Amino acid sequence: MKLKEIVEKLNLTIIAGKEKLENEVTGGYASDLLSDVIANSKEGNLWLTLQTHQNIIAVATLKELAGIVIVNNREPDEETVRKAEQEKIPLLGSKLTAFELAGKLYELGIKG
Amino acid sequence: MKLRKLAKMAIENRIEHSFVIKGKDFGNAGNVSTKIKDLLKEIGIPPSIIRRVAIATYEAEMNVVMYANHGTLNFALTPQKIEIVVDDRGPGIEDIELAMQEGYSTATEEMREMGFGAGMGLPNIKKNSDEFEITSEVNKGTKLRIVIYLDSKNE
Repeated sequence: MKLKEIVEKLNLTIIAGKEKLENEVTGGYASDLLSDVIANSKEGNLWLTLQTHQNIIAVATLKELAGIVIVNNREPDEETVRKAEQEKIPLLGSKLTAFELAGKLYELGIKG
Repeated sequence: MKLRKLAKMAIENRIEHSFVIKGKDFGNAGNVSTKIKDLLKEIGIPPSIIRRVAIATYEAEMNVVMYANHGTLNFALTPQKIEIVVDDRGPGIEDIELAMQEGYSTATEEMREMGFGAGMGLPNIKKNSDEFEITSEVNKGTKLRIVIYLDSKNE
């Protein structure tokens, strides 16, 4: 499924990287430990996290993730937004918790 | 890169490059690992190998950023293997055996809140390497040598 479709269906806020919403989402990963995401996420995954600092963009770039959703209505740091634009990583926001959002993604057919 | 240097590398069947990593520079953290990954992709190295190199280099790079003052990462690719040597000037590691244990970390509370310091760095590097060596001297620095074979079965 394309990221754009997920953004529409789950009412995600687009914070940065809107030119890459055509990215194909192959699965999802939810974690707030960067080493865990580096070791276990897969290319094309949509990453759910409550981390808001700029290093999440470096992780998404290195792992070629489809995008990042910052959960729980948290706001990313300015640096994070700037970096996401620069690296063209879709940075999205949701009011839902990681648990709720993962459940909704699962219902849409986005699995691990 | 100078043409003469490139020609020499081609004849020797060896591509190498040295990268500088600055301590505490969270703004550029991850850049070296991404550059190496992009290079390997361009050369056509298999994704399973690139994945392991990316994990190992990212963790090694972050260790320099988080703990050291300054470091270098030397990267070499031959037809048989990828060799990465990370050498830093920093506090060093007192008890290497302890540092290699999964879950052990000396990260500050602030780093942990950022999602670092899970105590997975060094173990993950080792897990993804075919050869792994670590040496350290307290108050001087730490040196890692990571080798990943291009035909390795370690997935």
